[in-house]
Amino acid sequence: MSVDVEKYLVEQENKQLLKFITCGSVDDGKSTLIGRMLYESQLVFDDQLAELKATSKKVGTQGDEIDFALLVDGLAAEMEQGITIDVAYRFFSTDKRKFIVADTPGHEQYTRNMATGASTADVAILLVDARAGLLPQTCRHSYIVNMLGVKNICLAINKMDLVDYSHDIFERIKGEYFEFSKDLNFESIIPIPVSALRGDNIVNASKNTEWYKGESLIQYLENVKFYTEKKHQVFTLPVQWVNRLSHDFRGFCGQVSEGSISEGDDILIKPSNKRSKIKKILVADKTSSSCFRGESVTVELADEIDISRGDIICHKDSSCEITDQFQGKLLWMSEEKMVPGRPYIFKFGVAESSGSVSKLRHRININTFVEEASRDLELNEIGIVNIALDKKLPMEPYSQSKSLGSFIVIDKLTNNTVGMGLVNFSLRRGDNIYWHKMEINKDSRADAKNQKPIVLWFTGLSGSGKSTIANILEKKLYNLGKHTMLLDGDNVRHGLNKDLGFTDVDRVENIRRIANVSKLMLDAGLITIVSFIAPFKAERRLARDLMGEDFLEVFIDVPIEVAEARDPKGLYKKARKGDLKNFTGIDSPYEKPENPDIHIKSDKISAEVAADLIIETLTQNEII
Amino acid sequence: MNLTHLETLEAESIHIMREVVATADNPVMLYSVGKDSAVMLHLAMKAFHPNKLPFPLMHVDTTWKFREMIAFRDKIISEFGLKLIVHINEDGVNKGVGPFSHGSSLHTEIMKTQALKQALDKHSFDVAFGGARRDEEKSRAKERIFSFRTEKHQWDPKNQRPELWNIFNTHKHKGESIRVFPLSNWTELDVWQYIYKESIPIVPLYFSAERPVVERDGVLILVDDERLPLNKDEAPMMKEVRFRTLGCYPLTGAVESSAKTLPEIIQEMLLATTSEREGRIIDFDNSASMEKKKQGGYF
Repeated sequence: MSVDVEKYLVEQENKQLLKFITCGSVDDGKSTLIGRMLYESQLVFDDQLAELKATSKKVGTQGDEIDFALLVDGLAAEMEQGITIDVAYRFFSTDKRKFIVADTPGHEQYTRNMATGASTADVAILLVDARAGLLPQTCRHSYIVNMLGVKNICLAINKMDLVDYSHDIFERIKGEYFEFSKDLNFESIIPIPVSALRGDNIVNASKNTEWYKGESLIQYLENVKFYTEKKHQVFTLPVQWVNRLSHDFRGFCGQVSEGSISEGDDILIKPSNKRSKIKKILVADKTSSSCFRGESVTVELADEIDISRGDIICHKDSSCEITDQFQGKLLWMSEEKMVPGRPYIFKFGVAESSGSVSKLRHRININTFVEEASRDLELNEIGIVNIALDKKLPMEPYSQSKSLGSFIVIDKLTNNTVGMGLVNFSLRRGDNIYWHKMEINKDSRADAKNQKPIVLWFTGLSGSGKSTIANILEKKLYNLGKHTMLLDGDNVRHGLNKDLGFTDVDRVENIRRIANVSKLMLDAGLITIVSFIAPFKAERRLARDLMGEDFLEVFIDVPIEVAEARDPKGLYKKARKGDLKNFTGIDSPYEKPENPDIHIKSDKISAEVAADLIIETLTQNEII
Repeated sequence: MNLTHLETLEAESIHIMREVVATADNPVMLYSVGKDSAVMLHLAMKAFHPNKLPFPLMHVDTTWKFREMIAFRDKIISEFGLKLIVHINEDGVNKGVGPFSHGSSLHTEIMKTQALKQALDKHSFDVAFGGARRDEEKSRAKERIFSFRTEKHQWDPKNQRPELWNIFNTHKHKGESIRVFPLSNWTELDVWQYIYKESIPIVPLYFSAERPVVERDGVLILVDDERLPLNKDEAPMMKEVRFRTLGCYPLTGAVESSAKTLPEIIQEMLLATTSEREGRIIDFDNSASMEKKKQGGYF
């Protein structure tokens, strides 16, 4: 008995792991199909089956029959609503392979979850309801699966029992799908007629579809070739962590993302472009003469070279580029829309940098694949963008390398993952514009004026008293013999920013320009007072990041009722009447600073006292 | 060359652990002494080899664990020279909280869930590794590998960060924490196969032996110490039993079995018709109970 088990265990050790995703429209029967596969592979236990039968009667949609969908719809809320609301991972195995299924929802608003499931999938099962044929969601999901580089598609034409197992219907849908997908880059599309509910062509060939001679769904999953080794696999190891044990051991850890390498081979390190040889390889904790794609390894090099997390150890022929400007596809995953110019964190594998979308070239309509003009990206929208990073990172087009060509976007304030992207190609613009190194620098200019330059960044509602306080402050500084400059919102909008309106997108661009102008003023050695509403935290943060330590945020704080009662320019009245759109505090938000450097409650003190308070702070901080 | 499924899982788990160590301020590994913890610890020692583990282990001891678990824990710690923090909810101990006096769910809440939160706060751990797997239970199937917790240790299943490719977002605010599950994609069978392949030591309670048990509501409970109150007509009987899962002894049912070796356990598992967590009494309340516990901070 136990001899058989040992033999079994040895066989099982050589199984492969296949990750796949199921997608399709809402009622195409995804959950039922997965439930059926779990049931057929005998992974449903007696106690689970008993619970399933009881729940099927209570909330199921199949009368007294078992509702397989209930086996996979996990969270309590969605059991009540009858929809799958997130990505769930399911596991089953046959004698040939172990499978991990990403079960993702079909509703349009969950495109982001589908993309999540597709990002790790080797194969996609695309479900189509035989009665309904191709739906917009079928096309949308095909587009996303294709965009994420899944090459093998199984077109499972489901609910064949409800169309009398009609060969004609099967052929028609198959034909339509081939026609639809001819412009996508799939390597194989295998159509299979199934009924998840009745079990036709799931494990074995069904008697109901004798006209069909192909594989059953499980046979397809067991046999599909999902990873084809490219001819020129170039060894690439992104360094994840440096294992420093002693003076004589420095190991560079990471998961090999492409190719293979052996002891003694020559390697190149990016971005430093230094060269060395592989001295020793550990695969997990075992010494090995070589290592391959997918393995988590630690390598020692023959030379002592400074390498840190985010660097790449690769074969000398690697086409990996080091760049801070690139064009890519971006899928937005947050309720809060993507605005060009706003700073985000971009994480590529194990390397990251802050940066922003420098240009939204266009949005892609995923129903028609048509390119549309747009100024921002909303949740679930896909755009072609130019991205500018604050530092250069190693990257490659996604079509060449999934690991060096993929990135996530992280919001700097909430830390949420708000987008996912793929590199199309690097833009080498940055390489041709050299930063002009100047002999006279900020410090020398400031020395000549005998002062310490700083940016005083005022923020507050319209009518809070920003301009009044700023004017008094500048006079006081002038009288102290300081060299100053005052940038006022209204004045700048008459000139430099004449082309900008008051939408969120324009407000972000307005502040981006002002922040950069202030930086030039700062470099000129001036004490620069910037007086703008600056309603968004993200842009104020951008300004702070740009200026570094030479920056003080001054919050001119007043309750909106007080500002509205003052209404020096009559703008609140207009906004209330609806004559003025996107007015901060009325129909456009003002995000209060949480930790301003100087906090002025301008309804409690006079403008004169407020200016004195700022002077005092500057003196305390030894700026004047 | 293609890796086998165990090699793929091993490489993925190691990648996850290294990502935590490269980005966290103060990580800890929750060590529950069970088979999943054994595999997780084994993988961690591989991930940082030839170095020592760059984080401590922590065991939240409810004071009702099997004695053999504690003995095994101490043996492993000294054998591998590991650093272990044992946390007990002293408040609960002083109030005499236990599964018999307070019922299973209150006991678990105070001695396990509350205790864990206390311990994470006390040591200011910002990332905690846990050995949970997605195949264990329906609500686990949707949890991320890097699962974000609020300052109050709460989990919001509807507001999880999307997890793309193998890129993990480890950014968090001060006070917030992340629970990381390196075994997310392993199944029970994978765990047993890996224990067998790598000869990983596990608590002897997983192997069948003659043990004193009493039967209550169809569940076999081990008479592990004198704290188990016996009814008048109840006498411990010797039975050949083993455990498929380990926790507090009064809350963990034994199964009658003759499996004394790993191949026998695996064979028994392949023929089994009840799922692993059935031995855990706390899951029986209702089918969504795990999700509720997790929102409140349970692992």
